Amino acid sequence: MTATLAPPPRKPKPAKRLRSFARRWWHQLTSMRTALLLLLALALAAIPGSTFPQRSISAVEVTDYFAEHPDLAPWLDRLWAFDVYTSPWFSAIYLLLMVSLVGCIIPRLGVHWKALRAKVPDAPKRMSILPYHREVAPGANQSLARAVLKQRRWRTTVREAEDGTVTIAAEKGQLRETGNLLFHTSIIFMLVGVAVGSLMSWYGNRILSEDKTYCNNLQQYDEYGLGAWVDETSLPQFCLTLDDFDAEFTNGGPTAYDADVSYETGGETGDYHLEVNYPLNIDGTNVFLIGHGYTAVVTYTDRYGQTQTLHQEFLAMDAALNSEGAFKFPDANYNPETGAVDDDAEVGFDAVLVPTYDDSTGMLIGSDPELNNPVLALTAYIGDLGLADGRPESVYSVNEAQIASGALQQDNDEVEVIGVGDTMRLTDGSSLTFDGVEQYAVLQVRHDPGGPIVLAGALLLLGGLLPALAVRRRRYWIRWNPDGTVETAGLNRNDYDGLDEECDALTAEIAPGFEPPQPEPDQGSKP
Amino acid sequence: MTGAEAANALFVATILTYAAAMFAYAVEYAFDKRAPKRAKALAAVGASGESDAAESESPGEAPISPAAARGAGRLGLILTFLGTAALAASIVTRVIYTGRWPWGNMFEYTVGVALAGMVTWLVLVSRGTVPRRLGLFAAFAVTMVLGTSVRVYTEAGPLVPALDSYWIIIHVTAAIAASGILLIGCVFAILHLIKRRYDRQVSDGKPIRFPLSIAERLPDATALERLTFKIHVFAFPLLTFGIFAGSVWAHFAWGRYWAWDPKEVWAFIAWVVYAAYLHARVSGRSAKVNAPWIAILGYAVMLFNLTAVNLIFSGLHSYAGV
Ligand code: HEM
Repeated sequence: MTATLAPPPRKPKPAKRLRSFARRWWHQLTSMRTALLLLLALALAAIPGSTFPQRSISAVEVTDYFAEHPDLAPWLDRLWAFDVYTSPWFSAIYLLLMVSLVGCIIPRLGVHWKALRAKVPDAPKRMSILPYHREVAPGANQSLARAVLKQRRWRTTVREAEDGTVTIAAEKGQLRETGNLLFHTSIIFMLVGVAVGSLMSWYGNRILSEDKTYCNNLQQYDEYGLGAWVDETSLPQFCLTLDDFDAEFTNGGPTAYDADVSYETGGETGDYHLEVNYPLNIDGTNVFLIGHGYTAVVTYTDRYGQTQTLHQEFLAMDAALNSEGAFKFPDANYNPETGAVDDDAEVGFDAVLVPTYDDSTGMLIGSDPELNNPVLALTAYIGDLGLADGRPESVYSVNEAQIASGALQQDNDEVEVIGVGDTMRLTDGSSLTFDGVEQYAVLQVRHDPGGPIVLAGALLLLGGLLPALAVRRRRYWIRWNPDGTVETAGLNRNDYDGLDEECDALTAEIAPGFEPPQPEPDQGSKP
Repeated sequence: MTGAEAANALFVATILTYAAAMFAYAVEYAFDKRAPKRAKALAAVGASGESDAAESESPGEAPISPAAARGAGRLGLILTFLGTAALAASIVTRVIYTGRWPWGNMFEYTVGVALAGMVTWLVLVSRGTVPRRLGLFAAFAVTMVLGTSVRVYTEAGPLVPALDSYWIIIHVTAAIAASGILLIGCVFAILHLIKRRYDRQVSDGKPIRFPLSIAERLPDATALERLTFKIHVFAFPLLTFGIFAGSVWAHFAWGRYWAWDPKEVWAFIAWVVYAAYLHARVSGRSAKVNAPWIAILGYAVMLFNLTAVNLIFSGLHSYAGV
């Protein structure tokens, strides 16, 4: 800063400039036009979430997508295409919309509050400029007018001028703006509920076969998610047993799933008949039945005569519940007599479970989900299953990389199909017997404290929306002039039909003898 | 005849009746020259002239007299009522045959939308809100919807477990009613745009060629626009309620109230577009001019959600047999 002789040009101080700059942007952001654009932008931004698989919905599909599009997928991932609804750009749009909403609600709240208590504005001097205007024969009674307007719930203000003019100004329909503000506020309310939900909710999915029990901790879930503020150790303590599961089918389609479960929480026990649409509520945590499938039971006898029984859940591949799965026996390499371990003698099977096999069709895959003739179609592998490297792998198939590398050798040339009670024999002398099929249920356990907030917001939103759209704001005036004439006038504050009819009816009530003019024929089509 | 066959016979009867109604309306629309000409005559005579004077203005030009054309219009309206009754009967027959609520698959949903659309139309005509001859356009839109439904026809069968809930009545009925009413709203938005274009051509002194010439007998562009708005104002809360009911149901059936399932995404988009329409309508002149386009975009999204999302995307809303 150097001193200059010339008087300093009156540049606004930076702080002031900043303030006016901020004010300009704030006005821009909270204008209805910006809100409109943000709203449409939000709609556009939601689209990719329906075209690309989403991690929050199905992580498996995302993995498949990566496998199918190895070049494209990493790029899409960098743009959050697989996490659209938690992506920075989606969040940015809705945060801006939130700010814009708050910015437009708060000033309107103040204006509305004042308007509710202010006097109803007077009519212009020349009432004939208003859309509804009538000259009434003298005789309209002031106290009658007041009584009628009050009875019809108009808000009124009476004014008496010095020259003897008396005007009653009446207004109705303020509920429209009240509803409007309620509607916009409730959107914020709902978004808060959603935010609470994403921070404080948790869920877990669990596949549970009949007669099995599991307890509510993360290690026992097949898949789970925790909100950022949820402490893993704070999950409620309960254990749940699937006592019985039934799926009913009619004409090849499922018509009912019923699960009998029992649970134990803090020493108390209970039973529940769990069905789709009827979750079990344990202390605010809901247990939902969201799927089902078949569990194959097999007994494997290794080449030393040791047997083990395996209950293996299978994954449905289609609506007829043709399902895929795998049996893995890493212990088959252990010689109980010598204690020796042969790394290349592990055994695994890839299998397809067909609930109703019909060999007259010449096809393996069946078309009936019911267990009328279940078979297993088996491919056996001997060698190294590749479990030792500790990497997680699918329980529904034998490790393909091990087959490709030759570490696992296919044992049977052709797929072997066996029914219940049948046994498949392998070249190493071991065998697999198909004992039968059980059912499993897929349970989802979820706790979302944001849900009730969202629900309350939704109810408020509907409650505000109806008056915001349906209520009409209008004003009505009646004036007694000093010369004895009486005039009435009406004004719409928002676009609707029927102002003339409503005002005429009012005028007729207030001024007995008033005859509404006949409507002119064919208005609207004047040349 | 089994219940399913009876339902299908009634369905075919509906389509034929609507086709006949469309023809009757078209006759009225084309040959009842009275409406616009009378207005001109009135203006000339001074708003008190004999209205039928204008009918004889161009004798011999039309093969059908205006009176006969109006008779055809009345016939069209009667046929519309009959067709709608047949459609309702077809749905009721399905209910009796399957013993369940009739919104179990995409075919049934689409038929419901057609019914809701036509009922909306008949209510508007009965209340005198719209002239009868516009039934041509409503019948056309509804028949298109019915035609689409045939392409996704599904044998009447039982419901999958997730649909076996009273929420199907609440959620799907609201969605169907909203879609049906919005269908008619979309028809009016389109008619308004056509009329607006026609008016501009006329005031610019440009010639009117065929597709646009049908606009001659449409009501006033402003009246069409206000009607469009009113229909949307009526349908929007219904749509909102339908989406809310859906998410309550989703909580019970799928364990979460909002999962960004493709159906949910597109319902959200449709809702936002319609909210934008209502805003555009009230926020200044330039936005108001574009508002009808936003309304049409809204219906395009609704249709996309009904067709493409059901048939292309996989999600929780894809039930067995579409
Ligand atoms: C900054 C954000 C917003 C602003 C400034 C804003 C402004 C307004 C205003 C001024 C009205 C009153 C129209 C009238 O005179 O009746 C209105 C109505 C409405 N707004 Fe908003 N709004 C915003 C966001 C939203 C959002 C996010 C939605 C829904 C997604 C929404 C839905 C509605 C609806 C349905 C109406 C009723 C339409 C009507 O009254 O004609 N608004 N909004």
